[in-house]
Amino acid sequence: MAALYADVQHLEQLVRAFAQAFGPSGHEDPIRALIRRYVEPLADQVSVDALGNLIAFVRGRGGPGARRVMLAAHMDEIGLMVTHIDDKGFLRFAPIGGHGPATLVGQRVVFADGTAGVIGVEKLDDVKDLKLDRLFIDIGAEDRAAAEGRVQVGSAAVFAREVTAAGSRLTGKALDDRSGCAVLVEVMRHLRAESVPHDVYCVFSVQEEVGLRGARTAAYAIAPDLALAVDVTASGDTPKGETLNMQLGKGTAIKVKDNSLIAHPWVRQLLVDAARAHGIPYQMEVLPYGGTDAGAIHLTRSGVPAGALSIPTRYLHTPAEMLDLRDVAATVDLLVTVLRQPLPDPAA
Amino acid sequence: MILRELSEIPGVSGDEARVRARIWEAVRDRVDGGRVDPMGNLITWKGANRPGPKVMLAAHMDEVGLMVTRIGDDGLLRFRKVGGIDDRVLAAKAVRVGPDGVPGVIGLRPIHLLKDDEAKKPVSEQDLVIDIGAASKEEAERVVRPGAYVSFATSFGELGDGLVKGKAFDDRVGCALLVELLALDFPFPLFGVFTVQEEIGLRGARVAAYEVAPDLALVLEGTSCADIPGTEPHGQSTVLGGGPAITVMDAHHIPARPLVEGLVAAASERGIPWQWRRTAFGGTDAGSIHLTRSGVPAATVSVPCRYIHSPCAVMSLQDFDNTRRLVAGFLEDVPRIAARLAAGRA
Repeated sequence: MAALYADVQHLEQLVRAFAQAFGPSGHEDPIRALIRRYVEPLADQVSVDALGNLIAFVRGRGGPGARRVMLAAHMDEIGLMVTHIDDKGFLRFAPIGGHGPATLVGQRVVFADGTAGVIGVEKLDDVKDLKLDRLFIDIGAEDRAAAEGRVQVGSAAVFAREVTAAGSRLTGKALDDRSGCAVLVEVMRHLRAESVPHDVYCVFSVQEEVGLRGARTAAYAIAPDLALAVDVTASGDTPKGETLNMQLGKGTAIKVKDNSLIAHPWVRQLLVDAARAHGIPYQMEVLPYGGTDAGAIHLTRSGVPAGALSIPTRYLHTPAEMLDLRDVAATVDLLVTVLRQPLPDPAA
Repeated sequence: MILRELSEIPGVSGDEARVRARIWEAVRDRVDGGRVDPMGNLITWKGANRPGPKVMLAAHMDEVGLMVTRIGDDGLLRFRKVGGIDDRVLAAKAVRVGPDGVPGVIGLRPIHLLKDDEAKKPVSEQDLVIDIGAASKEEAERVVRPGAYVSFATSFGELGDGLVKGKAFDDRVGCALLVELLALDFPFPLFGVFTVQEEIGLRGARVAAYEVAPDLALVLEGTSCADIPGTEPHGQSTVLGGGPAITVMDAHHIPARPLVEGLVAAASERGIPWQWRRTAFGGTDAGSIHLTRSGVPAATVSVPCRYIHSPCAVMSLQDFDNTRRLVAGFLEDVPRIAARLAAGRA
């Protein structure tokens, strides 16, 4: 089925460009600069707050049912931070965000300046001893001095991986949540083409992976009437995988709950009604763990009605995350559909 | 030095009044004003109406300790920990109980009376009692009530060449540094904040930062130092004598890069030795300050302290002095650092 509003080809370009950029939590400068180039021509105002959130504002035409809407997608990705450099030039690291040691062994990583490394492991007597503190990064330095010429304690690295197409699917690093960032930019393209009642604040947030930090301060500044996070979610459609409702290719996932949020029933219903009325493929998301920016946003000030749209994604927090572009397009379609209509007062 | 006094005052999380009173006495003539907020934070300021970035320096007054939960018929006190303490360090320590500082000892059966395998396991807090020498519940209740705070009875002392030992260096070293730094004058509004309840979840700093609404914040801490046998080099957070430790990441905060770079530059340009804090565990008040309102750029600088969160820590006076010099240098550089922060947002 063709997308209602999303230009799927353009969306794919955005996902690819964003996913391949560098930007672990707390070190989002490169990805922020890239996204900023895309949103500057689409926004009425662009700003960066004290924590580094990129906030792009698109003014609405107002009228009855016009609200202050915050859309949030996090631009940070998981990464590794150097904590120690030894005499032989090997780097020890701390995880930035959630990492499984088994995923890390043998991976290629890259630092902001392009310095490449691989992840090695100490000799283990038992695979059960595989823990993060038994791993190290090898940047090919002959000794400490050579290593310190290229990295420092505090330098951050991310997976080195290109985005590859596999049918209608894309696989690569950081689809969590650069695919959500791509959704927001594509939505902004529509808001520019056709004005909607609402003032829309598109927030490309920082430090989601380390505890939903950026969205919290951005939401305080914006004080929205309604907020929607756009993020990825787990899927339950792989061999002997988790028992989860979400599947690739079955549409955008309307969040019911995760560990950070119970979606506001009014927001959830708004999304379900709009998807049904316009034939946009959707599925319900109940995630028994994890969280998104909506979890931080809904507790801001005196509370914000919030929900989330998620893109089902396999192999999360690995360099081989996989999603279906049709789900990304459906997410754009549903957001644009909802934003085009006046919204009732959630308190009424 | 004021660290000696501050170290010996009891001030477990939620019971910071005596520490606060001593600090206020020391800083009242150095600042333009001060107030105690509803949670008990002491917020002081200098040049509040000056132009320029509003800078908040924070150090927490509270320390880890214990609280009496129940008094047994035998007159022995059951307790729970307040803040993170390793159960292994509790047994057989001298403590002071309640506002009157009733002397007590954390009791443990002597080794002669243990069964074979018992001696091989650490004793959990639930199996330990505080003995204040009372023979019955009635006798104990005359001097202690459930809810009474318990702190370690450790006297401050000098050790070796330029080292000191004592309790509560986490974070009375930060408080002592802040007291000294408030003697200096700067051309911008400076808020010196002595916080409560850091050890149980960075609580005081959260509301204090909301009140102050700073443009940038620096947290002064005592941090772990594990340059001791049995620790792999890459597990050693800091080294004693290596100078102030600058945090690159912990469990609650990724410091703002312009502030981290500002600290490194302030040290390098003045020839002050410094080190990275080379682990990413734990948290400081910066973890709650940076998330206040619409966000606050923040960083943490710490004095390395061996054996923190135990009855007795060891610290180098040279590290303490170098930390004071580093923070003073950072404050001199604030205009430059604020310009870097602004450039990053443009």
